[in-house]
Amino acid sequence: MADSLLKVENLTTVFDAAGQRVVAVDDVSFEIGKGETLGLVGESGSGKSVTAFSIINLVPPPGRVTSGRALFQGRDLLALPEQDIRKVRGASIGMVFQEPAAALNPVMRVGAQIAETLTVHGLATRREARARAIELLRAVRIADPELRIDDYPQQLSGGMQQRVMIAIALACRPPLIIADEPTTALDVTVQAQILDLLRALTREFDVSLLLITHDLGVIAEIADRMAVMYAGRIVEEGPVREVFARPLHPYTQGLLNSIPGDAPGARLQAIAGVVPSLANLPPGCTFAPRCPHRMAVCTSAVPAIVEIEVGRTVRCYLRSNEAEAPRHARPAIETTHAVG
Amino acid sequence: MPLVEVRRLTKHFARGGGLFAAKTIVHAVDDVSFDIEEGETFGLVGESGSGKSTTGRCMIRLIEPTSGAVRFRGDDVLAFDRARLRTARREMQMIFQDPYSSLNPRMRVADIVEEPLIIHRIGSRQERSDQVAELLRLVGLDPSHASRYPNEFSGGQRQRIGLARALALRPSFIIADEPVSALDVSIQAQVVNLLLDLQEQLKLTYLFIAHDLRLVRHICSRTAVMYLGKIVETGRTDSLFANPQHPYTRALLSAIPATNPGAPRQRMDLDPALVNREAPLREVGAGHFAAI
Repeated sequence: MADSLLKVENLTTVFDAAGQRVVAVDDVSFEIGKGETLGLVGESGSGKSVTAFSIINLVPPPGRVTSGRALFQGRDLLALPEQDIRKVRGASIGMVFQEPAAALNPVMRVGAQIAETLTVHGLATRREARARAIELLRAVRIADPELRIDDYPQQLSGGMQQRVMIAIALACRPPLIIADEPTTALDVTVQAQILDLLRALTREFDVSLLLITHDLGVIAEIADRMAVMYAGRIVEEGPVREVFARPLHPYTQGLLNSIPGDAPGARLQAIAGVVPSLANLPPGCTFAPRCPHRMAVCTSAVPAIVEIEVGRTVRCYLRSNEAEAPRHARPAIETTHAVG
Repeated sequence: MPLVEVRRLTKHFARGGGLFAAKTIVHAVDDVSFDIEEGETFGLVGESGSGKSTTGRCMIRLIEPTSGAVRFRGDDVLAFDRARLRTARREMQMIFQDPYSSLNPRMRVADIVEEPLIIHRIGSRQERSDQVAELLRLVGLDPSHASRYPNEFSGGQRQRIGLARALALRPSFIIADEPVSALDVSIQAQVVNLLLDLQEQLKLTYLFIAHDLRLVRHICSRTAVMYLGKIVETGRTDSLFANPQHPYTRALLSAIPATNPGAPRQRMDLDPALVNREAPLREVGAGHFAAI
């Protein structure tokens, strides 16, 4: 991997409600390199959004991070006081959400909203900020930015609103953008345009992207590496091409197999059963009740993460004996590879 | 004879109109015609605002169309009076996208599924109760859960409840408006399989309204593409996907997210200048028509 930009270690986030503890994110670790796009894919309740929100301290109460670290630019984001993390949000980590119409201020011109991001973080005077806002609108390929800058959000289509959100996220030239389902609310053709734009901008602005999505198609389009989440845990991680070509976890295999394919009229290969409730998780591997390869050991204890190859991990007993070595031995293994 | 014939269906909505603003007419559905053969799955695809859902709703008169004709087994649905329309709706049912808002949260599952039978005065209490159990089994739900409320079920299970209700009157034609797009990925395939199984078992005909082109290609024998209220291309699904002719269809198909990462992309953006809104559908291949 390129130089690490964000390193999340053993993140756990819980929600305490009605005397019950719900673990929404369970011992999640991942890394994003400089300029890299990591896709975090999962279904509703998988914990993918809570993971992202935990990093920037935006988990809504009663949720709270109970353990872990998020190392970013030499600091642990999870240990920062609110006033400091507030400076990180927007300035060093840009954010793009699913519903641009809900994220934008409806009574403020779009140019002013971009400019505000710059002035709030003390990066420009008001006059400079307006000129920068026009540049940013041009960067996100909005035609006639000098005119559009004075539009209100509702004068723009959903796709254009999402471009404005991306311009705001880029305004302070952050090294990292977190995008939570950025194209889910958009039409297919607009989604394709926004994905093309995000892919181009990560290069032009040399920005890393943490992309949260439920859509494997979106991952295939723009992510370099992917991590698959299920019921609060990362179950598989690796380069996108390798995971698609050779999925290791039965859940990932099931997801990829259930995509409608080239056999019209045939039954789809569905994953049996339902996504478990986080408040009532099965013991051991949380996918075990739905897993076609279930073994006795699967319900005994949570399987450990094993590294099959460098940067290719899976949390599954089927693969436990394929591991090159226990995870803590990783540096030594890497050295061996370098020599060999 | 086709099971359903839609002819020159048109729905205009008046929008705006205030002290100073003139009323504008929105052509939500604009001169739309197609046939659906008995036993087939006909796909209606398009993006938001294309008029695909309005077309479906006009066909069973959940929305009254402005003009045109909808014939079901040869009878003009738009000419039906209330009583005849009610009878017709026994044969034509609709299922909706959002299984969260389309079920009454204060009714038990048994009552939700039984309600159409009561409205149409079918069976004795005991017969209806037996039918509800049978319907729940048919859609893969445990009849012993019949006394539960919708909020005790997952999204996929709720879609099954909606389907059981739609099937209660033994319809032959079902309009499915984005039936799986609100469901989790791992659950979508289950519900699609259920729809395929039921079609085979009960000889159902579907109008499948969707924006997911991968799914449409998988389950629809024929497909119509809607753009700004008009059908711009229609034909056998394999022919339409293999050889799209209209610039909008081409843009739409090229936007389908890849499932082979790293493959070269050939994205075609739509140049609206290339779309001749007045062009009539003409035959571009066997049973394949495009408005070019």
